[in-house]
Amino acid sequence: MTDESTQIRDAIKSAIDENRVIVFMKGTPEQPRCGFSARTVATLQALDTPFAAVDILPHPAIREQLSALSNWPTIPQLFVDGELVGGCDIVTEMYASGELAELIGVQQPAEAPAPVAAEPAQAPPLQIQDPPR
Amino acid sequence: MPTTEDIKRRIEAAIPNAAADVEDLTGGGDHFRATVVSPEFAGRSRIEQHRMVYDVFGNEVGGPIHALSIKTQTS
Repeated sequence: MTDESTQIRDAIKSAIDENRVIVFMKGTPEQPRCGFSARTVATLQALDTPFAAVDILPHPAIREQLSALSNWPTIPQLFVDGELVGGCDIVTEMYASGELAELIGVQQPAEAPAPVAAEPAQAPPLQIQDPPR
Repeated sequence: MPTTEDIKRRIEAAIPNAAADVEDLTGGGDHFRATVVSPEFAGRSRIEQHRMVYDVFGNEVGGPIHALSIKTQTS
């Protein structure tokens, strides 16, 4: 493994260790670049839980090292407490059954239909940004 | 480019007593959804069940198979 790969892998490991709920995705929560990533983020937002998000698109090595580390081929990937929970399918199933809320330790929303995936937005006409911290 | 039939056949050949139902989500031959029923899934976590299906395709998932959405059931 090259130095760069090692560095990226170490950075991924640290991010997983340091963030209780972390999703590796295509794009950002504000501008997801893939419907599966969009749906996973929408699910976390529906649970009203804080989460960290890492965009894997800027560098192919991020995805390579992440999949090597997690033994999971696809994006998105959700980790809770350092453990891989799964991709969009598993997250959606676990949300619907209430298992995801339980795992994260939040209240399941009273009305809990699975959030609908937004189409991947290339250039949304209107964006709502998080307020600056 | 894999077809839904190819994917179904490969899953059923690789996982004991599996019955797979495969849809092409976009018609483009690269986004698939597979519903797989096999008693082999019993006693395994969701992650392990889905890995069994992904493992059938190795590096093709993320490559020629851009997306493979999976639902697993034991019966």
